[in-house]
Amino acid sequence: MAVSDSPLQSEAETRRTLATRLNGWVQSIPIAYWVVGAIMLLMPLIANDFFLYQIFGWAFILGMIALSLMFLAGYGGMVSLAQMSIAALGGYMVAILGDSGATSISLGWPWWLNVPVAILVAAIFATLIGALAVRTEGIYTIMITLAFAAAFFYFTRQNYTIFNGYSGFGDVVPPRLFGVNWRDAIPFYYLTLGCATICYLAVIYVSRAPFGLALQGIRDNPRRMAALGFNVVAHRITAYTFAAVIAAIGGILLVWQNAQIAPGTAGLPAVIDILVIAIVGGIARPIGPFIGAFIYVLLRTFSPDVLQALSMAGDRYKLLIGLGFLVVVYWSPDGVLGLWDRWRARRRRRDPLVDKPEAS
Amino acid sequence: MNDLIRRNPVWTVVIALAAAVLLYFIVAPWSSGMEEVLGRKQIFLNAVFNGVTLGALYFLVASGFTLIFGLMKNVNLAHGSLYLLGGYLGYEVSEATGSWLFSFVVVFIAVALLGVVLQYTVFRRMEGEDLRQTLVTIGISIVLADIMLWLWGGSSYQILSPDWLRGPVELPLVAAVRGDDIYFLRYPSVRIAILVASIVLGILMWLALNRTRIGMLIRAGVDDRDMLAASGVRVQIIFMVVFAFGAGLAGVAGIVGGTFQSVVAGEDMRFLLASLVVVIVGGMGSILGAALGAVLIGLAEQLGSVYAPTYSVVFTFLIMAAVLAFRPQGLMGR
Repeated sequence: MAVSDSPLQSEAETRRTLATRLNGWVQSIPIAYWVVGAIMLLMPLIANDFFLYQIFGWAFILGMIALSLMFLAGYGGMVSLAQMSIAALGGYMVAILGDSGATSISLGWPWWLNVPVAILVAAIFATLIGALAVRTEGIYTIMITLAFAAAFFYFTRQNYTIFNGYSGFGDVVPPRLFGVNWRDAIPFYYLTLGCATICYLAVIYVSRAPFGLALQGIRDNPRRMAALGFNVVAHRITAYTFAAVIAAIGGILLVWQNAQIAPGTAGLPAVIDILVIAIVGGIARPIGPFIGAFIYVLLRTFSPDVLQALSMAGDRYKLLIGLGFLVVVYWSPDGVLGLWDRWRARRRRRDPLVDKPEAS
Repeated sequence: MNDLIRRNPVWTVVIALAAAVLLYFIVAPWSSGMEEVLGRKQIFLNAVFNGVTLGALYFLVASGFTLIFGLMKNVNLAHGSLYLLGGYLGYEVSEATGSWLFSFVVVFIAVALLGVVLQYTVFRRMEGEDLRQTLVTIGISIVLADIMLWLWGGSSYQILSPDWLRGPVELPLVAAVRGDDIYFLRYPSVRIAILVASIVLGILMWLALNRTRIGMLIRAGVDDRDMLAASGVRVQIIFMVVFAFGAGLAGVAGIVGGTFQSVVAGEDMRFLLASLVVVIVGGMGSILGAALGAVLIGLAEQLGSVYAPTYSVVFTFLIMAAVLAFRPQGLMGR
């Protein structure tokens, strides 16, 4: 009897352990995450189309591109200003390989082919940039990637055979999948939310995987890691490749959102905006870029109105963004996240009995 | 130099040959067969001279950048903004006083003072924090660019050169042979004057660095800042002087650029990039490297825009990528 009994029992047992494991996994995630997740999922109930499409959609996209910079800078110690160019290359590839207004150039491949190929091309491009950029360190990396970003901008502006020069590509729309128009506000919101969540989780996963840990080790002490037998250069270049995949996804979504791409998409102001977003949000943790992107999009969208209400010229929003960036890097180099951490640390140091700061 | 030749005999020969061929193309009158293959000599000569004079302008901007970087190890990404500010101020001063040369003095002092303020308020407070300095200077350049756009708008300004520099000069170089007539190259005299001025300035800078006491202190600071400070030299004052000089040079370059091109919003980024590429190619902290890099990049840009207009920018960055791949410290870097 025992022989026929045991499979059933073990099956029940696995089911029970699976349930407890799932339960434990659910409980291991802080309640704040569930709240934020629920709010994000239910956002279409409270926000109007403009907010869903222009504010949240754009913030998620910029957040993804800045996330790729955060991955390189925060975990790899390499500040790359070429991430916007990589994202734009992804977007360009979708326009060139898929359908666009420039019918003489676009190849009209189906979406399931052109999207992966676009990401692949962006990843290869980033790997090449990375292979050159990792020969340098610190500020040199910033300068060299900035130079590459500028080269990309000027090249796309001058090249008419592939990149269609100054005018770029119009009418680049997402495919009609499952009969849904993905450029409608609510589907686009869920599309960007989904992609952003996947990228965010991927970055967290990689940062805890052996590769990410080794990368952080290399950031802290490359010589020691090399002595331990890790291939420092290969890890760094791979980090560029991984970051490029995230940036390319963001770039493709950006093209779909605007329905067009032109050299200005990866112009120097845009390149620097990505750096501003990542730094203002904080490059210590993957959530930082999204916070930074949200602040940036809000400022960018509403500061003209606010400035006009204060009877100033509405186009001075750049000054506002620049000053805000200056204030953040001058007084809080680790961004808004750093401010939050310090505020919490100060809260925690209060004596719980008398509610006064501890004398330490 | 001799040491360099002894170590790389093959490369020396290759470079000497290339220079000789270039010189031959410039000096010798072209036969009709050559003109059929390469286009008219006039165009080639103009491209070469435009390239060299553009290189002179790049040198003016980049030498301050490379000096500041070499000494203080800080990357001033607001350097392009100083250039643009110099251009606008130069336009205002030369319009108000009618004197082109006087505007150089005013702009040099004004932009140098701004440099001192930057050094005192920003760089001195974050010494050794590369990334933060870089980010702060990016912030400053965003703010300055927008303030300048506010004050001067988006239209372009042309700084007029004085009468005695207007019009072309005839250079003793054969531009074309048509039958029995020999045409010599006619080239804008203001560009020639600027080229000569930058060469003189470059030589003066080299002399100042290598033959004077302050130059000795600066070179010592480049090599070992802490040891220099420990031996009783007031390093902060040297930093201030060098920063002021580099900033003033960028401002003066703004006038030069405004005279033979124009002053317009967006030039700040263009010249920041140009100086970045020049110092990456030439090697950080080396005046000679800045000169070499500037001429190379200027020539590549102008020759490229004449013979391969679509890819002229790519040449510049190909040079940079090649230098990075084979000699990451730059051509003259150590």
